[in-house]
Amino acid sequence: MYVAVKGGEQAILNSHKLIAEERRGDTAVPELSLAQIKEQMQLAVDRVMTEGSLYDRDLAALAIKQAQGDLMEAIFLLRAYRTTLARFGESLPIETAGMALRRRISAAYKDLPGGQVLGPSYDYTHRLLDFALAAEEGVGAPEAESAESGIEAAIPRVTDILNHEGLIEEEIALDDAAPVGDLTREPLRFPAERDLRLQNLARGDEGFLLALGYSTQRGYGRNHPFAGEIRLGEVAVEFVPEELGFAIEIGEITVTECQMINQFAGSAERPPQFTRGYGLSFGHCERKTMAMALVDRALRARELDESIEYPAQDEEFVLYHSDNVEASGFVQHLKLPHYVDFQSELQLIRSLRKRHAQDRREAAE
Amino acid sequence: MGASLSEAGGQAGPAPAARQRWMSVLAKARLGELEEAWQGLDDKPAYDWLRLPEIGMVMVRARTGGTGGQFNLGQMTVTRCALRLASGEAGLGYVQGRAKRHAELAAVFDALLQDAARRPVLEQDVIAPLAAAHAARRDDRSRKANATKVNFFTLVRGENDQ
Repeated sequence: MYVAVKGGEQAILNSHKLIAEERRGDTAVPELSLAQIKEQMQLAVDRVMTEGSLYDRDLAALAIKQAQGDLMEAIFLLRAYRTTLARFGESLPIETAGMALRRRISAAYKDLPGGQVLGPSYDYTHRLLDFALAAEEGVGAPEAESAESGIEAAIPRVTDILNHEGLIEEEIALDDAAPVGDLTREPLRFPAERDLRLQNLARGDEGFLLALGYSTQRGYGRNHPFAGEIRLGEVAVEFVPEELGFAIEIGEITVTECQMINQFAGSAERPPQFTRGYGLSFGHCERKTMAMALVDRALRARELDESIEYPAQDEEFVLYHSDNVEASGFVQHLKLPHYVDFQSELQLIRSLRKRHAQDRREAAE
Repeated sequence: MGASLSEAGGQAGPAPAARQRWMSVLAKARLGELEEAWQGLDDKPAYDWLRLPEIGMVMVRARTGGTGGQFNLGQMTVTRCALRLASGEAGLGYVQGRAKRHAELAAVFDALLQDAARRPVLEQDVIAPLAAAHAARRDDRSRKANATKVNFFTLVRGENDQ
């Protein structure tokens, strides 16, 4: 049976007009500017850039405005826009050791070279609603304290400190000429190596990764994590233009990095050593990078000869379900007309019920 | 266009290290600062496009654990262009974001800086102030961060010296 699904054009056009009006809200209230979103909704912008997998604060702000603050919709918009642009190439790997730090904490060492720099964080707030922010006259221009001098350059990583004693596995670039897997160019295949896993996790949904990371802490893939180091700051992006043949800095991006230190008992080949999980995001996405580092470590079960028993260790389960653009698309496609499918289901259930009634009649006779 | 584009790389020009530095400074400068520097030029050169400003992306790479194998973190928007001055020098602009005017000004200054006669003045009047402004922004952020550094002290208890 063929069911025509035409005739919705006018309804759709009017729905667009309605959403435009709803998005604007009460016109007695001033319209939100992109600059306001960019400057005052920075963490929303950061999440959209990270999961939208495109570093552009202006576009992320536009996406947030267009999506009425629905961040997943904004992420979708950014991903879609990305497909319209050509790629000039790949950057050199960013140097997080040379990051211009604005926050740097370690839960593993109290007194560590460079110290604990709290930076801008809600961690130490009381989580009480601040009604000063609701005041009619606004907050004015709050001023932060400023120290006499800046943070010293090139603060060593906590993992490098542990490396000196050989207590932690080293991350070594074995072959920099080896091709780097890229999910935007080729589909995910299993087993997936760490480059593909990290790319997937970096743009994966924060909520999904948070829940999975949490599950590892609660016993579903326990790996005894310590937040070895969390860093927030700016790094230069170096790129080699085809016309030049040498690298230039093309800009600076803000990133958050989490180095998770985990227990490992060792094996016949390896002496006992701490193992590592890694999290990295655009902007300030600390919860995301911590969750990412927990899940990255859990997904190393195969490589570290651990038994794979739990969802967070199962790479197909994690990597196939981490992307909120895909997940949202597949869940929400259920809203599309399934009239034909449903008609056939109706026919099927009617015939089943008819047979059921017949069987019962026959049994009774 | 392909042949002329390769000119933008420059052949007998300044040492890569010098050009590398000024191109990086120009890319990280603010558009307003570049416009000001451009307005401050007494003799603004004419130029022809070798490549019109074009918006695209660069895939940002990172290393596992900061030091290990490479992976693709995500992309960033980038604008590039190439142009040639009437005097012959070709300049190249590669800057972050969707920023056509920024790329254009970066390319013009890149071309001008390749003129050995103009370079010392431009280094002093344009590049040095742009680099200083960038360093000042960085220092401001760093000093504010440093004010949030924890100074641990230990409370000694159970001692009675008096």
